[in-house]
Amino acid sequence: MTTTNRIERHHYDVVVIGAGGAGLRAAIEARLAGKKTAIISKSLFGKAHTVMAEGGAAAAMGNVNSRDNWQVHFRDTMRGGKFLNNFRMAELHAKESPQRIWELETYGALFDRTKDGKISQRNFGGHEYPRLAHVGDRTGLELIRTLQQKIVSLQQEDKAEFGSYDARIKVFAETTITELLLDGEKVAGAFGYYRESGEFILFEAPAVVLATGGVGRSYKVTSNSWEYTGDGHALALRAGATLINMEFLQFHPTGMVWPPSVKGILVTESVRGDGGVLKNSDGKRFMFDYVPDVFRKQYADNEAEADRWYSDPDNNRRPPELLPRDEVARAINSEVKAGRGTPAGGVYLDIASRLPAEEIRRRLPSMYHQFKELADVDITKEPMEVGPTCHYVMGGVEVDPDSGAAYGTVRGLFAAGEVSGGMHGSNRLGGNSLSDLLVFGKRAGGHAASYADQLTSRPKVSIGAVEAAVETALAPLQRDTGENPYQLQQDLQAVMGDLVGIIRREGELVDALHRLAELRERVAKVSAAGGRRYNPGWHLALDLRNMLVVSECTAKAALERQESRGGHTREDFPAMDPKWRRVNLVCALDGDTVRLTHKPLPKIRAELIALFDRAELAKYLTDEELADFDALAEEAGK
Amino acid sequence: MGTKRHFRIWRGDESGGDLQDYQVEVNEGEVVLDVIHRLQATDAPDLACRWNCKAGKCGSCSMEINGMPKLGCMTRMSTFEEAETVTVTPLRTFPVIRDLVTDVSFNYEKARETPAFAPPAGVAPGEYRMQQVDVERSQEFRKCIECFLCQNVCHVVRDHEENKQAFSGPRYFIRAAELDMHPLDAKTDRKEYAQAEQGLGFCNITKCCTEVCPEHIKITDNAIIPMKERVVDRRYDPLVWLGSKIFRRGQVPQTSVTSASHSGAVHSHAAPGGVHSHAGGSHDPATEAQAQAGVNWHREVPKPTAPAVDDNGKLPLTELTFDRAAAPSPFGDDVQFPLPPEHLNFAHPEQDKH
Ligand code: SF4
Ligand code: SF4
Ligand code: FES
Repeated sequence: MTTTNRIERHHYDVVVIGAGGAGLRAAIEARLAGKKTAIISKSLFGKAHTVMAEGGAAAAMGNVNSRDNWQVHFRDTMRGGKFLNNFRMAELHAKESPQRIWELETYGALFDRTKDGKISQRNFGGHEYPRLAHVGDRTGLELIRTLQQKIVSLQQEDKAEFGSYDARIKVFAETTITELLLDGEKVAGAFGYYRESGEFILFEAPAVVLATGGVGRSYKVTSNSWEYTGDGHALALRAGATLINMEFLQFHPTGMVWPPSVKGILVTESVRGDGGVLKNSDGKRFMFDYVPDVFRKQYADNEAEADRWYSDPDNNRRPPELLPRDEVARAINSEVKAGRGTPAGGVYLDIASRLPAEEIRRRLPSMYHQFKELADVDITKEPMEVGPTCHYVMGGVEVDPDSGAAYGTVRGLFAAGEVSGGMHGSNRLGGNSLSDLLVFGKRAGGHAASYADQLTSRPKVSIGAVEAAVETALAPLQRDTGENPYQLQQDLQAVMGDLVGIIRREGELVDALHRLAELRERVAKVSAAGGRRYNPGWHLALDLRNMLVVSECTAKAALERQESRGGHTREDFPAMDPKWRRVNLVCALDGDTVRLTHKPLPKIRAELIALFDRAELAKYLTDEELADFDALAEEAGK
Repeated sequence: MGTKRHFRIWRGDESGGDLQDYQVEVNEGEVVLDVIHRLQATDAPDLACRWNCKAGKCGSCSMEINGMPKLGCMTRMSTFEEAETVTVTPLRTFPVIRDLVTDVSFNYEKARETPAFAPPAGVAPGEYRMQQVDVERSQEFRKCIECFLCQNVCHVVRDHEENKQAFSGPRYFIRAAELDMHPLDAKTDRKEYAQAEQGLGFCNITKCCTEVCPEHIKITDNAIIPMKERVVDRRYDPLVWLGSKIFRRGQVPQTSVTSASHSGAVHSHAAPGGVHSHAGGSHDPATEAQAQAGVNWHREVPKPTAPAVDDNGKLPLTELTFDRAAAPSPFGDDVQFPLPPEHLNFAHPEQDKH
């Protein structure tokens, strides 16, 4: 057919969808393995959401406290994720992140230094030792820029060798993939459009790495950019892969709630790590009232001890402001609900009264600047107004922990970074995402390359599938009676924000599912005004489909899981239930309805479970599992 | 709660377009990008505009607001008068794609041409040791969010398409400077490269780039000037100079220069005597005063006055083919020595903090 003949076609060995940290790291690895690699970036090269990460990248290098090692990091990660993590991913992550960080230095990254010239590491919520490699408060930018520049350097090598920068690795900027194309169960390619011209583009490739990030745009108050519409989650589902843990969303405890120009912008945890405290409208430092029993051993119960910790962390317990994010978010929510919040519905985060102005500016330069310029708020003089903001989705594509290959029926599909699930369990520790991107980006890229190598014949793209994809993509432009995509997005955000937000109830979740079903019908009829050239209305109309199916997964899984754990809080089931710890909720697509199944978690290997105290495990494990643990311990004792 | 404000937004594509009027609601505490989003959701769903972070961190939302290159997400509505019309146009230096979106591929091409970090041989990953004071100079430049406002404002390429080939622009001068100052970078010719390949000589230190940089990187003081000064130190080593003179006897030195814009205009005001200008570089008191008062984006600034060099990057060696006695100043014609100390303007990144 003529329409499909005219479509621009490219042949690659590995196509990486997403140009954030995970995508770029995966592409570097695939190219280093000698594969012809394409990077698809929804926005311009180097603008990805990774730039927003401020705090740092967690890696147990032990530069600041030599007692740190991968075992401690592993323990912190599992604790943070409330033991729902895929233990193997947490293990690989803890073991490999130091190498991945050091490797960045060979690409030209310039981290802040310790006195002896090593990479400096800072404290962060949930990490036992100072562990986050950082660059002021713009670590994410450093990471993206470094990887971007590494790709440029690889292109320069290719230019020297083959005469063209694009010989083996090419970036397709402002390009969106709308469909993965399959040959039977095997990935055969990807179909999408250039945002700039609206022209279609077809990639034929046996291996695809998804690195598309998260889903935050489905929420009203979010720190996420427009790109975060769950594209990778939805592409994976439609290709026959499965999603896990979709009920777990992280609401960053301290996003700005006022003024509106900065609403949703995150105030990094390092504000709290450097001495910032949370106060309610009565001026009370309320976090002491919210230390859960499992954390009593590590967190101070009085201000004097908490304040001593900043200078003497070895002999004092940590201030409760540094509790894991979900605990802090929940505490703020409770304070606001009890009527002790600020007028805009948040609480105060005060660093101004705790550190000299000059010290604040030195430690938090870009935060200081940002608020000064954007909102005329001087954080050295007044407290900030903060509240929970949708920030990160723990759930994602269910993958093989070692290779990043998607489970389900599809072959040749890999996922890394926020779009993959399992690594962070029910809650991610701050700083673990940047190192996650690097560790699993590299793994996914490498395994995608070897998968492409061992294929005996290339899967073929069928014309029919391409025609169908063209039709779906053009549909919103051809309808002129349907609804405005912006309105639909707003309605979706309202449903998710109000009914599937930070605190959930059965009735509301059931209601949400009804409304999502209604929205699905409206989205099927969405219409976009204008032409194909750089038309944001059309782009949004196409993204809505993805946002909707992913929101359905979240709502369904949230309704199913009858307990509260990490990034999932049910008002009607406020406690953690060890029985639910053994279960992952897996979403798959059946026609176009979301099907939810229960799947047992893999059993943690003996030498890893032995890293924990029995007393601690007792809070998470069932009696049966504890008996197992005791048997192991006894055996080891003999 | 909000008030209606008057906006004029450029709509169109590469074939042309015009400013269109919109009355749009503006609420307290909003920025220009918020208003554009409201327009997209109401009157103009296909209004094209780039953005990502809405937090001044990604550098996507560059546009010209009332003629000033700015980030849309960092421009508060409260900086305008209630009755003031806000005019929003795309970046002028780059070709328009649609509405506020321009083709910024020029910058990515220049990025690709700039040689990458060269890791030191024999230092294993994990063994890199650097002191904080040493990395801080380069870190300043790594703050860059690639908004390309500096590229957009630089008069060398703004309205001078013909210079784009030879001129990389301030964003890539700071990249070269960053690598030059990187404590472990193994390449030693960053400055020469900047001069020979990036067109550093075109820059006549007008400082417009520094003024628009949303990250407040001191592009001129901390990158361009130190690079220029050191380029000069190396290139005009007298022995090397003499050597090339002897070696090249008998050849006719050519005054065709690397800088395509080094035309008669430069020589016409070559008469030294003014001070080294950081504001307008024009030596015209009126323009100078205007430049000091604030930047006028449309003023004509003279072409750069880098010393003319021949095809081989050497200075012309004979008075026969040059327009004055003796060699030209390697520092450019608008600099006189000794420089008054207040014009020695390297600013250490730390200096503001004391
Ligand atoms: S100082 Fe002026 S001429 Fe030089 S790069 Fe900056 S804007 Fe361009
Ligand atoms: S140097 Fe400044 S103005 Fe230029 S691109 Fe970077 S951040 Fe933007
Ligand atoms: S949207 Fe990122 S800088 Fe404005």
